[in-house]
Amino acid sequence: MREFIQETNAQFRRWMIHLKREPFSLAFNLLNPIILLIFMGGAFQGLARNSVGEDYRSYLLPGILALTAFGNSMGGGIPLLFDRENGFLLRLMSAPISRSSILVSRFLAVNLSTMLQCLLILVLGILFGVRIATGIGGVAALLGTGLLLGFGITAISLMLAFVLHNHGDFFAIMGITALPLTFLSSAFVPLETLPAWMRLLARINPMTYAIDAMRSLILTGWDAPRLLWTVAVLLVFDAAMLWLGARVLSRQLA
Amino acid sequence: MSAPVVRIENLKKSYGSVVALDGISLEVERGRIFGLLGPNGAGKTTTVKILITLVRPDGGRVEVAGTDVFKDPAKARNLIGYVPQELTTDPYLTAREHLRYYADIYHLPSAIRESRMQEALALVGLAGLEDRRARDLSGGTKKKLDLACGLLHRPPVILLDEPSLGLDVQVRRDVWNYILRLKEQGTTVFLCTNYMDEAERLCDEVAIIDRGKIVALGSPATLRSRLGGDVVSVEIASANDHDGESLDSLDKTVSQLSIVQRSVKDGTRLKIYVESNEAAVPKILEAAAAAGISVHSITYSRPGLDDVFLHYAGRAFSEGGRNGA
Repeated sequence: MREFIQETNAQFRRWMIHLKREPFSLAFNLLNPIILLIFMGGAFQGLARNSVGEDYRSYLLPGILALTAFGNSMGGGIPLLFDRENGFLLRLMSAPISRSSILVSRFLAVNLSTMLQCLLILVLGILFGVRIATGIGGVAALLGTGLLLGFGITAISLMLAFVLHNHGDFFAIMGITALPLTFLSSAFVPLETLPAWMRLLARINPMTYAIDAMRSLILTGWDAPRLLWTVAVLLVFDAAMLWLGARVLSRQLA
Repeated sequence: MSAPVVRIENLKKSYGSVVALDGISLEVERGRIFGLLGPNGAGKTTTVKILITLVRPDGGRVEVAGTDVFKDPAKARNLIGYVPQELTTDPYLTAREHLRYYADIYHLPSAIRESRMQEALALVGLAGLEDRRARDLSGGTKKKLDLACGLLHRPPVILLDEPSLGLDVQVRRDVWNYILRLKEQGTTVFLCTNYMDEAERLCDEVAIIDRGKIVALGSPATLRSRLGGDVVSVEIASANDHDGESLDSLDKTVSQLSIVQRSVKDGTRLKIYVESNEAAVPKILEAAAAAGISVHSITYSRPGLDDVFLHYAGRAFSEGGRNGA
């Protein structure tokens, strides 16, 4: 156990150094969310007045948080794929370490980064006039919800890092999933206003659950039954993805 | 002879219908530099991946320092320091952070961590560059850092895959000196290379591998001598009026030397077949001087490991193997 902590900590420190010295990768993920929050939040204000009320940006913020969490988690496996491509991972795996330390350290690093990015988006939202109905406790709950969404997506991403053959494929998958999945959720508009086929897909999208819970935290206040339901749904999603990831990776990393 | 520190027995591996290793066996003695020499695709990479426990063979046994690599891979991983042919430095980490990373990956206790890191830095000549990020280091320095990371845990066996690939002459020499220093310290070095000169310069023993089979095994000198050894060619000074006589008397003189296998007159030259020119040239010159024969020029040709490869594989080394193994 002491050895597991030592090797996991070493790898985690490496990812933290990357985060600190490579801020551009953070900006890369935050770019779309920030643009959407500022410009879409402003541009659709008039249009949205009759459906969601006076403050579209507050309505939009949960969707942006979910998009941020999704994007960062989905890209979380990419550094591992680079490590695979350039021989770093092979060298690491020739060392007497537990294979799971590779995944655990990356998982922790990705989700810490997701939390920081969501916090940044929240602060930006507050600067643009969003008021959070549940106050400072609500901020913690919002970050927690973002993380619960991120866990399962990170598991998918770590799995992809070992299944895909090159990082080009990975970027392609990220590119074609992030925005469509955000549109196929309640991120931008109320679920009821979506066409039926989109509504159906949105209902099986875990982002929808995270967004609805976050929206209630920002707009209305503490809604315990809804929050518990959301936590339950997201935990089931996370558990399923972690189980699937563990199955695939136990073969890949044998 | 001490017990072998690496023992490979009848190792077999196929990928689909492609046979990568067709039953190779070899032993490496402790404290030696052992070279696995062969063209790309000969089976070197497969052998390396099996040694570092990341590929399971179809058959055969591999032991490192008495540990069966497949029965106890966790223990075997501690016994080998693997430095891959690609640079594996992380551009964002400093040299010190790299060493700290591998110190923890190999579970060094904090009490000895700092001294081991300093030792490794000194061995490869990186002292003073500790706090530079790898992105700001030259290719050669990155390679040295890579090497330093492989010996922090003082493994009994260091596995170097193409250590001088793509390096300039100076760095190549540094890396060679580093490998020789490892040997001085008693570490066994298992070296994969497709450079003949590297194998000749460094290795105590060489296995030439081709198409998944070991075609020749022995010290570079032994392998070369099996081809008939070196040829020393002596030309008598042209100012000498009695060329023919001098050549005859030189022939007679050198044929009495124990190191000479045979000698043949070739025009104004005498071709002398010896096991190794290093020992032979001074002796031949001494004998000539003693007999009062003045030598105009002396040249030798050395059958290289490429000749050895040609001899055993039946084709030139540069023609290569197949790809992908």
